[in-house]
Amino acid sequence: MTSAPAVAPAAVVAPAVDVDPATLAVRTEGLTKRFRSGQVAVDGIALFVPRGSVYGFLGPNGSGKTTTIRMLLGLVRPTSGVAWLLGEPMPDAGGSVLPRVGALVEGPAFHPYLGGRANLARLDASDATADPRSSRRRSDEALERVGLTAAATKPYRQYSLGMKQRLGLAAALLRPRELLVLDEPTNGLDPQGTREVRILIRELADAGTTVLVSSHLLTEIDQVCSHLGIMGRGRLLVQGERSALIERGAARLTVSTSPDHVGAVAGVLAGLGIADVLVDDAALHGLLGTVAPERVAAAIVHAGLDLIGLDVRRPSLEELFVELTGEGFDVAR
Amino acid sequence: MSHAEVVADVTGSGRAVGVDDAPLPTRWRGAWGRLLRSELRLVFGRRRNIALLSGLASVPLLLGIVLFVTRDSALAGQGPGFVGRVTGNGLFLVIAALVMCLPFLLPLTIGIASGEAIAGEASSGTLRYLLAVPVSRTRLLAVKAAATMIFVAAAVLAIALVALGTGAAFFGLTDVTLLSGTTVPLADGVLRVAGVAAYVAMSLTGLVAVGLYFSTLTEVPVGAMAATVIVAIVSAVLDTLPQLAAIHPGLLTHHWLDFAEFLRVQVDWSVLSQGLFVQAAWVAIFGALAWSRFVTADVSS
Repeated sequence: MTSAPAVAPAAVVAPAVDVDPATLAVRTEGLTKRFRSGQVAVDGIALFVPRGSVYGFLGPNGSGKTTTIRMLLGLVRPTSGVAWLLGEPMPDAGGSVLPRVGALVEGPAFHPYLGGRANLARLDASDATADPRSSRRRSDEALERVGLTAAATKPYRQYSLGMKQRLGLAAALLRPRELLVLDEPTNGLDPQGTREVRILIRELADAGTTVLVSSHLLTEIDQVCSHLGIMGRGRLLVQGERSALIERGAARLTVSTSPDHVGAVAGVLAGLGIADVLVDDAALHGLLGTVAPERVAAAIVHAGLDLIGLDVRRPSLEELFVELTGEGFDVAR
Repeated sequence: MSHAEVVADVTGSGRAVGVDDAPLPTRWRGAWGRLLRSELRLVFGRRRNIALLSGLASVPLLLGIVLFVTRDSALAGQGPGFVGRVTGNGLFLVIAALVMCLPFLLPLTIGIASGEAIAGEASSGTLRYLLAVPVSRTRLLAVKAAATMIFVAAAVLAIALVALGTGAAFFGLTDVTLLSGTTVPLADGVLRVAGVAAYVAMSLTGLVAVGLYFSTLTEVPVGAMAATVIVAIVSAVLDTLPQLAAIHPGLLTHHWLDFAEFLRVQVDWSVLSQGLFVQAAWVAIFGALAWSRFVTADVSS
């Protein structure tokens, strides 16, 4: 029951032929990165991030999320495969695409002896497509948006971990973006900070920005996502709409009856086409499949058998995540 | 509800916003200048770099003080290069100070500045954010090279200016006696010394290119710095071995002292241009190496 293919990736991944590429903010085909050490960090993944979605990119540490994001942004060259951002091929179209993409990659990084505002000015000055006249205003707005106005001139090295993360978000918001790529934006934040990041993502998504957000902690971003993709050991195990993923989880049925009727109830369940029926004392477990729970109840009662209890349980996303990636806290490699 | 339906739904709103809020990016004129100014602010705003410039500038000050204090002792007039002539004419302190800084202190300055340029940004992680802005890698490398060269030129200028002030204060500035014994007016002499400083600055370009190349190879700025200094020292050592006379003219440091040409009655420009040509060759080779490395490198720091 713990075997990973319980949810077959192919069933949930949107088939390429059905999707108009122009409707995707991020799309990759066979994207692979093999490092010089021979380690395959990313193994032929096909990402589909629809425009306007909030795509939760999940997976344990070391599962290949960051390397994928680096390839999307043109920082790392794929060994094979292709990636498109906003419909344009990367890294060739980086010059025209990346100004429309805000990014937070593997934690914030700024010049330690410069203040927050000076660091943003530095990034803005290096953007050949940014309007120099509005640079100061946009920097201040971005700082205000993440609540760093009071620390605008304080040297970055004196920032707390949470403030550093916020400055990273401010840099991603220096100008209006069509796509935000946020790699572990909640890392190092306290619960309150994590909540604020979620609210920020929700606001940006409501304004029409596509957000690709990665995390190794499902619960931190699950609630804001419209789509989910789960990575494990360099492969994209499953992706699709969040609601569809929840539906996909195989519902388990538990029926309690009196000890005398166990055998007969098992017969009824088998007759309904319920698979993998297991008998445990006076309780029977099975995979519900497409059978409606009320039909099960009616059939048992109709056969004149005792029905003491009937319970249907779908695995939570958390369980699905653990089932697919096969681990909790272990680093994948 | 199929996946495709939802995709189509979302797209409608996503696209509309994209068109309204973010017109296709256009390049602003003066973007190069803006990035270079930002880079220079970064380089010259850094306390460590200002300390480095101050340290270099203190060399002629210390040298001037030592020569002034010992000018009437038995040791007066001794020492390498142009040191002996300083007490007679403060203008020579500029040349003496540059000669003292050339073998080690200026290569060290180049190592620090070029090591910081790429490897420093990589080690602090800021390189990935610059490239994601995006800055084209060619543009970034060009701006980094220009800023490093400007910093090195500023170092030479700082030494020269402090030497000029110190020399004038301690020993006074008078008409200049050239190597052949001919005397030229002070204005002519100042011009010639300015030529010396300019030649010294330009003959450091080759080492800047070497340093930038090392800087693209590593994420450890100290490593790039050390390698750059080692190249300068090894080059100077090879230059002293007569067995290697055949390769001497092509060595990075071989022509560094050719600035003495400015102190001849007739400046032989062919000697100077030969030295600068060797530097240009080193810049071409190591500039190309740095570029080909940097535009293809995976940025995983």
